[in-house]
Amino acid sequence: MSAVIEKLGHDAIAAKGRLGAHKWLILRRMSQLAILALFMAGPVGGVWILKGNLSSSLFADTVPMTDPLAFMQLIAAGHLGVASTAVTGAALILAFYLLVGGRVYCAWVCPVNIVTDTAHWLRRRLAIKGSARIAREARYWMLGLVLILALATGTLAYELVNPVSMLHRGLIFGMGFGWAIIAGVFLFDLFIMKHGWCGHLCPMGAFYGLVGAASLVRVRADNRAACDDCMECYEVCPEPQVIPPALKGERRGGGEASAAILSGACTNCARCVDICPHDVFNFGLRFPAAPAGRRQPQLIGTARHGA
Amino acid sequence: MPTGKHAKGKTVSRRRVLSDAAKTACGVALFGLAVGLYARPSRSLPADAVRPPGALPEKDFLGACVRCGLCVRDCPYDILKLAELGEGVATGTPYFTARSGPCEMCTDIPCVPACPTGALDHTLTDITKARMGLAVLIDQESCIAFQGLRCEVCFNVCPVRGKAIKLEYRPNKRSGKHAVFPPVVYSDDCTGCGLCEKACILEEAAIKVMPIRLAKGELGRHYRLGWEQKQKAGDALVTPDPEHKYNLPEGLRYDHSGRGLIADEPAAPRTGSALDTLRKGIREAR
Repeated sequence: MSAVIEKLGHDAIAAKGRLGAHKWLILRRMSQLAILALFMAGPVGGVWILKGNLSSSLFADTVPMTDPLAFMQLIAAGHLGVASTAVTGAALILAFYLLVGGRVYCAWVCPVNIVTDTAHWLRRRLAIKGSARIAREARYWMLGLVLILALATGTLAYELVNPVSMLHRGLIFGMGFGWAIIAGVFLFDLFIMKHGWCGHLCPMGAFYGLVGAASLVRVRADNRAACDDCMECYEVCPEPQVIPPALKGERRGGGEASAAILSGACTNCARCVDICPHDVFNFGLRFPAAPAGRRQPQLIGTARHGA
Repeated sequence: MPTGKHAKGKTVSRRRVLSDAAKTACGVALFGLAVGLYARPSRSLPADAVRPPGALPEKDFLGACVRCGLCVRDCPYDILKLAELGEGVATGTPYFTARSGPCEMCTDIPCVPACPTGALDHTLTDITKARMGLAVLIDQESCIAFQGLRCEVCFNVCPVRGKAIKLEYRPNKRSGKHAVFPPVVYSDDCTGCGLCEKACILEEAAIKVMPIRLAKGELGRHYRLGWEQKQKAGDALVTPDPEHKYNLPEGLRYDHSGRGLIADEPAAPRTGSALDTLRKGIREAR
């Protein structure tokens, strides 16, 4: 494995060039920074395209957008008379992520992703071994906790400490001691646990993961026949457990699994697309189930249950 | 029931699954406890932080505000601020500080319709109906109006002029011949905008906007003020007291409303010396 880590990405760079082997990563960073820039253009430069923050915002003074999890917390806190703009906003955002992939939020929008990716990169550079063991399912417990806290306190209690909204809001409106929480997430991911926050604990990731379980755009392993088991995609993937069903194409109890990565935990970050020298992975829709040309008609209908 | 070697392996893995789940649940619950306990004190707004106009009562507000800052953006005077972690105000919620930047009472109240969740009540359309807090003349010792000096700055900047703050007048006991014009706040009309606190000329304002829960007293619900009830009923509700009769010398009356002892006919002018008067008395006695 260490040999793999040392030359991680070399094959991809040889095959596609440095830019080609980082295409999606660069696009992702551009997306994350562009969204932040649009929010900051108003207060800094007086150009008001996006107003507010990721919890709720207004695009071009007309289109409302509201984070669906924040909206659910409002409902849980007992604020049932929610004005229509928040309802519209939450529905729009939900529909958007149902289309492009739930955890596209994590990989393409969330500013904490830059923090934890940096921690992960540094972790690899410093060859920090060992990681605390927390189940990936812990995030769903966290998601439940967020709603229970809202229900029990009647306030948006989790939003007092939520690193995601805190970082984004902090960058735009002022951070205070919020830096400490972000630094905490960074150090936790760096020294204590690999992919600790985003991959195991973040309730927002859990929520968007649930959305992603039904979303349309997915990473697919359509060219899985070309896989030579170099394992580099597993190494770069923040949720490596999502790969095997699509890549190996085996279904429990026999039969061929969908080539689409159907697990909602996949963030559509496309690091696997970048890192693969044989272009096994590509973006596509959750249908058709099997790779083109090798499709088995009787399996199409059951593809949803493949993961 | 599974049996043999297979069953044994399965039992171990089930135990592991259960213990892992328990561990996760405990960890998450502990985190929840910490956040929940932290959420308790942050429910009470510090006394010098004022919510934007139309804000729901504090507890409802904290369950309705999504911390997006759209009200902050639509405030033309840029007085609103989202609380940062470590401030006394619940993180991410909007507030202003009257002394540094009071609400300028825009007639169209742009911050209210900006709120996507109704944490700022959209039914508020008349800014004079806003109740962000209540101004309190909290330090009569320092307020120079109470020293008999003509300041009246708070009275003059008040946007609900002459109603929310009125100037009363009292005799100036120190000089014995001047008046004192103390400003008095009337909660029926005070919006809590804080313009008076901002304008107060003292180093530390003598008039301050306080949360209504701190600033306002409340009479017991059972309590009735006799004169108000009398006005409502058009008559006294109890048998009126019989008018008090004084045993006064003839020609004298007593007026309660301030005039005191009244002589109907002025006494005959006194003439001459005290000795004449005495003699006159003796003559009358005979």
